[in-house]
Amino acid sequence: MIARLSIGHRLTVLLAGVAALLSLLSWWMVSELARQAAARSQDNVLAASATTIAETIRSEQGEVRLELPYSALSMLGAISEDRVFYKVVAGERVLTGYDDLPVPTDAATGARVAFETGQYSGEAIRMASVRRTVLAGAGPVPVVVTVAQTLSGVDAVSGQLSRLAAALSLAFFLVAVGLSVFAARASLRPLNAFAQAVSRRGPSDLRPLRRDAPPELAPLRGALNRLMDRLGQSIRRSEDFIAEAAHRVRTPLATVRAQAEIALRSAESEDSRQRLRRIIRAVDESSRSAGQLLDHATVAYRAEDLARDRIDLGELVAQAAAALEPTATMKDIEFRIATSQARVVGDAVLLESALGNVLDNAVKYSPDETTVHIAVSAEEGVARITVTDEGPGLGEGPIESLTERFRRGGNTEGVVGSGLGLTIAADVLAAHGGRLDLRNAAEGGGACVTLVLPSA
Amino acid sequence: MRFLLVEDNGELAEAVSNRLALDGHAVDHADSLAEAEHCLAATSYDLILLDVMLPDGDGRDFLARSRAHLETPVIVLTARARVTDRVGALDQGADDYITKPFDFSELEARVRAVLRRRGGSARNEIALGEALFDPMSGTLRAGGESVTLRNRETRLLEVFARHPGQTFSKGQLLDRLFSFDAEVTENAIEVYVGRLRKRIGPLGLRIETVRGLGYRLETAPA
Repeated sequence: MIARLSIGHRLTVLLAGVAALLSLLSWWMVSELARQAAARSQDNVLAASATTIAETIRSEQGEVRLELPYSALSMLGAISEDRVFYKVVAGERVLTGYDDLPVPTDAATGARVAFETGQYSGEAIRMASVRRTVLAGAGPVPVVVTVAQTLSGVDAVSGQLSRLAAALSLAFFLVAVGLSVFAARASLRPLNAFAQAVSRRGPSDLRPLRRDAPPELAPLRGALNRLMDRLGQSIRRSEDFIAEAAHRVRTPLATVRAQAEIALRSAESEDSRQRLRRIIRAVDESSRSAGQLLDHATVAYRAEDLARDRIDLGELVAQAAAALEPTATMKDIEFRIATSQARVVGDAVLLESALGNVLDNAVKYSPDETTVHIAVSAEEGVARITVTDEGPGLGEGPIESLTERFRRGGNTEGVVGSGLGLTIAADVLAAHGGRLDLRNAAEGGGACVTLVLPSA
Repeated sequence: MRFLLVEDNGELAEAVSNRLALDGHAVDHADSLAEAEHCLAATSYDLILLDVMLPDGDGRDFLARSRAHLETPVIVLTARARVTDRVGALDQGADDYITKPFDFSELEARVRAVLRRRGGSARNEIALGEALFDPMSGTLRAGGESVTLRNRETRLLEVFARHPGQTFSKGQLLDRLFSFDAEVTENAIEVYVGRLRKRIGPLGLRIETVRGLGYRLETAPA
């Protein structure tokens, strides 16, 4: 599962996770600091208030007395709308204030100023007590002044700061996520560039990669180069093997055919001449089939990953016609070529083979002293090569099925053929996003084969 | 013309030489690249027929190596399928290629096409009585007159011209004129003989019918 997750996603999620953690931490720290600061300032005011009250305590006729200064309590009102409570205890007696107000536990024993958080009349309160000793009557009387305030003001302030901190943290988190995506992409860019360099290559380009790569990619590059080297070697071996096999099979076939032709010259009886002709035709049939099977395999192999050559269809036609010109001349067949500007992007070897097969058919099925018309045209993003002959046409039966493998027309008797020529042409065109159109020419009834390609 | 055939299969080489000799060409046979080098050093040739796979190396490498100083046109004999090998052979400087096994008439046609393209080579005219016949271009000249024949007519006249006085049966002519991938009847020969008679008649050439045997070319006026 993890192994299938994209590295980019993993990196983004990881970085965003860290950012989320940091955001939460900073939010918590800021809230905590705000709460502490608010609490400390409340404590200071409470202590100041209690101290101010304690200042007014004095001994009068053996009694402890005090005057409650208004300012002592009003300074508490200054910070918020909180309710304020107080209580002054001298010895065991409550001098003034709320009798039941709790007092910090260590007010009588601990430091001079004691703080505590507690509950009073259903609300959380913060208490501060100041302890003084007053000489009254028989001896010293401990006096404890306690001032308390509800916590809603502090909570409001710290809550507000905490929300602000939360908003800032969220903003920080979002920015961090954005940066994580960017960082993930940026660090994967060399990998993508590397992948593109490999995938841009043609089907037969097995040269080692020389492109500079970050040190992390060097092992991958090394492994790829070794793989391509091995692949190249094995392709070369199988090509050598095919070449060797073809040579070993075809040279004796050529010998058989040549000897049969020579024997034909001196053969006396019509019967033996007929037999020799059959031998020659069988040799032709087998070599043509073998050749086209190999061509067909080559087409299937190359079509998987097409080369992207820029091809001028006029030049392609001129080349293909020149290659067949000697065989056409044997039958006094003339190629008449009409070209207009048409360019396509594709595999030159495959397209030449497709056109070669179509022209080969045209020459094969044309009667002597006829013309094969080849026209190149381009319009609305479509390029066409139309080959029209004056032969017997495509015959009866479904024309489309002629591009099926080993399917030959119903009127091809007496002509050597493998039934693969149009299949190869149709496969090549399909691989290029085009098609092979077959029909009979309007007048004269010859075949009219059109190679249709998307133009460049 | 003088051809060099570089082919390691002796029987095939013998058959090809034999057949080309019929058309009046002299063929030297080398069965390795080393021997081919010897031949090329000793004589000059009008055309080289070069096999791709030879015991001492690849014919195409030899071609690429010697193309710089070799003017002679080259036709490569290949055993490979067309798609991949054509490109390779032509890129390496071959003038044309032919796939084994090949039709002799196709080989002849390709040889003629290459020689015609290369031009240059001396005319190879055959005297037929008063007339001069150039089997390469298919022209026939006599006095001030000149006739250009179609390819099949040229091939037909060439068969007669190479073998003065010989009688050819329809079957023999059929096998020389037509490749074997099409079913042709002997009627076709009658048609072509008839046409050739009309074309060459004005130049003082006649094709006689030898009853029961075939045809023969007569160069002397009847």
